Formats: sequence, C-alpha cells, structure tokens
Amino acid sequence: MIAKMSHVSIYVIDQDSAYDFYVNKLGFTVHTDAKMGDAGRWLTLTAPENREQEIVLMPIQAGMSFTEDSAAQMRTLVRNGSFGFGVFETYDIYATYEELSNKGVEFIKPPTKEFYATEAIFKDDSGNWFSLTERKKQ
Amino acid sequence: MYTYPKAYFYRKIVMAKGYIDEHYDKPIDVENISHEACFSKFDFIRQFKKVYGKTPYNYLKAVRIAKAMELLKSDLSVQDACFDVGYSSLSSFSGLFKKETGLSPSQYQQAHRIRAELISRKPLNYVPGCFSENYDWKKEQF
Repeated sequence: MIAKMSHVSIYVIDQDSAYDFYVNKLGFTVHTDAKMGDAGRWLTLTAPENREQEIVLMPIQAGMSFTEDSAAQMRTLVRNGSFGFGVFETYDIYATYEELSNKGVEFIKPPTKEFYATEAIFKDDSGNWFSLTERKKQ
Repeated sequence: MYTYPKAYFYRKIVMAKGYIDEHYDKPIDVENISHEACFSKFDFIRQFKKVYGKTPYNYLKAVRIAKAMELLKSDLSVQDACFDVGYSSLSSFSGLFKKETGLSPSQYQQAHRIRAELISRKPLNYVPGCFSENYDWKKEQF
C-alpha cells in the first residue's frame, strides 16, 4: 500500500539561485545538502508544516533523463513557465501575498476568490509557477 | 494597481512580522510594535494571532529557536548561540530549546555534526537510487 509521497522534484535552472529563492524568500528549510564533488549536488528542502516531504531542487543536466539537446530544451521550457509543479497552501493568503511581494517574488495572478478557494499564482526564480491557496473555511 | 480587502491592515501586520524577523536578537517590546502599527496592544496581539496562528511573543520565540538551530549547525558554542538570538539566560534558552525541539541545544548540535559527517563521507546514502542513477552518481565514487 502506498503511504505517502516522500519526495517531490522541481526542475531548476541554477541550484544556488533556487536555494536563495526557496530558503530566503519562501522560508523553506534545508533537509539535505550533499555535494558530489564536481558531479553535482543533492539539495532537498522542506516547507514549514510539511517536514516529512522533501522538495528536491533538480538541476537540468545531461544524464539518463536528458541529452545535451533535450536539457537545453528543458531549460527553455522551464524559463518560459511551461511547468507548474504544485500547489502551496497558506492560512492567510493576503498576508503571504504581501510578504512575498515585498521580498520580490513575482506574482502572475494576485489573490482571487475562486469557487474552491482564494488563489494566487507566483513564479520561482527559474520560471516555474505555483498556485498559492487559502482554502475556504468550513 | 491590485488592491485587496483590508490591504492597509495587512501591510501593517506584515510590517510588524518583518520587524520581528529582523530584530529577533534584540529585546522587543510588543507595545512599541503595536503602537508603530497603529493598533492597540490588545488588538495587535489578537490580529497577529489571527493571521499567523501565534501571538507576537510566541512568534518571536519560534524565530529565535529557528535561528538558534541554524547557528548550532556551525561551530558556534551553545552559549554564543543563546546570546546571538537574544537570550541572556542560558538555562532559559536551553529549557525553551528542548521544549520546542525535543533535544537540548548541545544534543541537537551533536546530532547535526554526526549527520553532516555521515553525509560528507557517504552522500549517496541520502539519495534515492532513481535519482543517483539519473545523475550517474556511482556508489564507488561517492
């Protein structure tokens, strides 16, 4: 029986820049930062109230998943905002919107009441977009 | 320009939180912050808790402990970490740290050192196999 998802991957253009964005702007915490010499870096973070799920900041580089050409194509797709990797939840969307905007986070949709929740959409430093939602109070 | 309900109110509350985030290492007077935010002290505490789930004082404690956890990951002594995050009493700091994290500051620091050493020596033990294969990280290399 599958119990839960332990790792979620986000493709990023530059891990150092992504580290600054997710840790210093979004307020996430480093879970594991393991350097593989020149071969790369395994960098995972956790969100404040979801410490058991690791968010993997995956660099786009040639290997099993990508050739050099397809890695370049993937970087273009990420920069162009082709990917939304998930939904983040907040208890107060207006406060979070205000705070993240002050920190320079780019919102492509401000907090908007939808039938399911109040939702905003922001982009990370690579170009990936995320929904930020405050659920309707029951 | 985008505006939203109670924008003025939110700007003040977020500013107050930002003040605590920046000045956690100094004595903070909630009354002063509420005055700067143009709230009564009672109203400020109530509204802050409504938005952030914690009173300003409890939020300050949480920020200090989080900062202490970061400092303890370096070679900083427990005493220095205690003073750097704004506590003047080592016993109060240690008691609060243990209450929040389940470990004393020195236990936390030691546990982190051991984990950091293990990650440094055998990093692939911390990477799921599907990912290490994807990046061609081999056990004999790392």
